[in-house]
Amino acid sequence: MPYSPLLVKPMREELTSAGVKELLSPLDVDAFMSERSGTAMLVVNSVCGCAAGMARPGVRLALRHAHRPDRVASVFAGQDLEATARARGYFPDIPPSSPSIAFMKDGELVYFMPRHRIEGRDAEAVARELMAVFEEHCAAPEAAASPAPPVNVAGSTAH
Amino acid sequence: MGTFHRNKSALHGITVVVDTTGPEVFVGRCDDEDERGIVLDDADVHRDGDGGRSKQQYVERAARFGVWKKHDRLFIPRERVASVRRLGEV
Repeated sequence: MPYSPLLVKPMREELTSAGVKELLSPLDVDAFMSERSGTAMLVVNSVCGCAAGMARPGVRLALRHAHRPDRVASVFAGQDLEATARARGYFPDIPPSSPSIAFMKDGELVYFMPRHRIEGRDAEAVARELMAVFEEHCAAPEAAASPAPPVNVAGSTAH
Repeated sequence: MGTFHRNKSALHGITVVVDTTGPEVFVGRCDDEDERGIVLDDADVHRDGDGGRSKQQYVERAARFGVWKKHDRLFIPRERVASVRRLGEV
């Protein structure tokens, strides 16, 4: 049974305030996944401690990096059940895992961070791994664009 | 850092690989362990050679993507346990 919407609201906002688009319905998921060009990251959010202490703050930290995906979205496992099921349906060979993070390039899954690679770590470690993926797959920011603020993964809590 | 609950072992909430002295290897979320054995939630089990995969090959794939649970809850007696590792460290 889903938790109270009031309880999970801050868990949603922790990502949406960092520019993550929430996918609340299967149609939202289909729209997000149907755009295949470029890079996209999909976060499976959850109410568990791994999401609170590591995944969400790790994603927030990583998204401050100069290289970042073109599109970032989330579904909320245990809350938005149909949207989450639809999202998982795009990766039929990968066991359900929450929290987890999928990264696609031109519509192909190129990286996946399941729950067991989040639990037992800290937000900085999660962020570092994501930023390495961003650097490998995401286009460098335009030279003329404003430089992103420096990322201090050692000391930031990013809330 | 695990998920700390009172009266639970340090691995509580952590996904672990439990290799046995026999052909099976288990992957699941540790609920607790003590001198009697280890309790896993949402666990999968693989027998060496099943599907043409060795224990090691199974664990390597599990480390990349996770596992499909076959059991909601499992108890593995201590005498069968050869090693316990965090899946995230494989």
